[in-house]
Amino acid sequence: MLLIKNGRVIDPSSKTGALLDVLVDKGKIAKIAPSISASDALSLDAANCIVAPGFIDLHCHLREPGGEISETIESGTQSAARGGFTAVCPMPNTQPVNDNASVTRAIMERAAAVSPVRVWPIGAASKESKGEQLAEIAAMQQAGAVAVSDDGRPIASARLLRQVMDYCGPLGLPVIDHCEDSSLAAGGVMREGPRSIRLGLKGMPAAAESVCAGRDVEVALLSGACLHIAHMSTRGSLEHVRSAKRRGLAVTCEVTPHHFTLIDEDVQYDSHYKMNPPLASREDRDALLEGLADGTVDAIATDHAPHHPASKDVEFDRAPFGILGFETAIALALSELVHAKRISLMRMVELFTSGPARVLGKNGKSHALAEGSPADITIFSTDREWTYRTAESPSRSRNSPFEGRKFHGGPVATIVDGKIVYRS
Amino acid sequence: MSHRFHHLLAIEPLSREQITFLLDQAKPFQEFQRYPLKKLATLRGKTIALSFFENSTRTRISFATAAARMGADTMNLQAESSSLKKGESLLDTIHTLEAMKPDVFVIRHSSSGAAEFVSRRVDVPVINAGDGTHEHPTQGLLDALTIRDRRGQLDGCKITIIGDILHSRVARSNIHLLAKFGAHITLCGPAMWLPRELECLAPNVRRVPVLEDALDGAEVIMALRIQQERIHEPSLPADEYILRYQLTPARLRLACPDAIVLHPGPMIRGLEIDPAVADSPQSCVLDQVTNGLAIRMAILFELVAGSSDPQEHAKDSAHASD
Repeated sequence: MLLIKNGRVIDPSSKTGALLDVLVDKGKIAKIAPSISASDALSLDAANCIVAPGFIDLHCHLREPGGEISETIESGTQSAARGGFTAVCPMPNTQPVNDNASVTRAIMERAAAVSPVRVWPIGAASKESKGEQLAEIAAMQQAGAVAVSDDGRPIASARLLRQVMDYCGPLGLPVIDHCEDSSLAAGGVMREGPRSIRLGLKGMPAAAESVCAGRDVEVALLSGACLHIAHMSTRGSLEHVRSAKRRGLAVTCEVTPHHFTLIDEDVQYDSHYKMNPPLASREDRDALLEGLADGTVDAIATDHAPHHPASKDVEFDRAPFGILGFETAIALALSELVHAKRISLMRMVELFTSGPARVLGKNGKSHALAEGSPADITIFSTDREWTYRTAESPSRSRNSPFEGRKFHGGPVATIVDGKIVYRS
Repeated sequence: MSHRFHHLLAIEPLSREQITFLLDQAKPFQEFQRYPLKKLATLRGKTIALSFFENSTRTRISFATAAARMGADTMNLQAESSSLKKGESLLDTIHTLEAMKPDVFVIRHSSSGAAEFVSRRVDVPVINAGDGTHEHPTQGLLDALTIRDRRGQLDGCKITIIGDILHSRVARSNIHLLAKFGAHITLCGPAMWLPRELECLAPNVRRVPVLEDALDGAEVIMALRIQQERIHEPSLPADEYILRYQLTPARLRLACPDAIVLHPGPMIRGLEIDPAVADSPQSCVLDQVTNGLAIRMAILFELVAGSSDPQEHAKDSAHASD
């Protein structure tokens, strides 16, 4: 038994926000009440901390199989646990691509053996994510896949997207799209704007994302299945999602911590500022902050994208896209959103818990702090001072623009299935 | 001394005073180019690593000649050389060269920011000889020297730059430099090479898409080379460019009567410039080339010799012979 004492329980699904103790037994939440005493339980003091349902990351890259030089399921999920996540959804752009049940099963088996957190793989929408033929979607779902995506690139054509959505609708699988009009974005390495012109770096216009998001919303209207727009970074895409929601479509979206924290003006000749989608303009970033506050955005997802130092330590335009995300997500959400008084703590927790759970169709009590629910719990501080050091990370990569940043607040303990998998 | 430089990576971060200092430093070296015996001992025993990761003829020869006339030795890395073709990383190549103990790196690279990237990893000064579509600071300085010589001063000059501004590092260095002297800068070219964000680069920058309008009142005209190799977009037919943007004698007459014409080279006669304009007395194209030598000698002097006191230098040499 585990007794979490003196914490402030915040659970958006029941709108709870009170000082409560949580008793965990046999991997389930046994009791939530003020001042529980259980002498035979291991006690975890959560004074001055927030006790929340386990955080879910809808978007990450664990690189295994094929990219083990940058990350493995083991190293990546340890980093996720350290970041306060109890479940992560690795994208299928591994080598080989996770486009069939045997790859999905291999990931699930490896995760079962080494991962401290739950691993919910996302399968490819098309074979090898090439955008030509449908992948073995139902077989992957049976093996454990929770959604489909060709992440890293957009689902190639509107026609294929329609087929994928039509097929996934009855399966109850959300279709996640990386929105990018490849012809508009071609060759770009950062957001097109005054900064890209000044640095002489080839820009991708914001419209490259929004054009594709608009296409996707129209296809969602045609198909009726669930569409989720990954790592949204522009006002235009946000407006497409907003209007789709107003029309009652099952369209959701996520925003990454780096996109709500940094802007294109922050970009240096340092590949730690290179990601796709690229850092947005200040106006677009402000629109994302509005969307996070007003409910248009459903989830914060990290897009944790490890790249080995040797691959990132090159000329800006030759470096791969992507940065680490797990271990800075909570701290960035606290500092940029909560401490900056843009959203409440309740809303922040929603963006990491019931929000992403809803995207995956995991509704109701399965992902709430409720008696009888699985004991996946994230405990974090809102004021603990700490400094992010990539050298201390279990990740195999070091590619973060937040190296050395001082934070107020961050993960304190991560509990999965009733077991403490990380403690600061 | 307040003008001290460690690297020369870009014009943008330099102050007006630093630029004036460098231009003044080039004066004696301009005169030197007319001497019958063009050899100094100033940089004797120093090694200059000419690291050209992108093809270049005139800039490489200009730096090599400047180095030779200063008495320095050069190490030459050229784009065709094998380690680059074999896929060695930029850092590994640079560290290999650094292990041969050069006193300065001169770097030309097709990636914007490459010179700055290298400067963070080596202990010796780095001179940017052109990085992608970012900057080409020595070109900016030699253009400024040429303009200053012809006009008497840089302040408030009215310059029109014509061509593919979006992809031009020469244009960026010139815009940053001349804006610091209160220049009125008009950028002209096909609209897709003239994004509005260019006006944010510096004060007093405007875009005029019609050449006839852009030349009105111009005191300095700079025609850029059309850089096909750096254009990702579908390119414009050459005839279309000639029709609207070739600098012809008739168009030149729309500018100030004593306007000067600059071109960073290599110049394609009959494309961006009419041969009659290239050869006219208003053309400063060959002065630019000579001034390039003077500027590069001044910069090598500043970054390599300037860093040590002459007496210290003599003492170091004595130790070196042990």
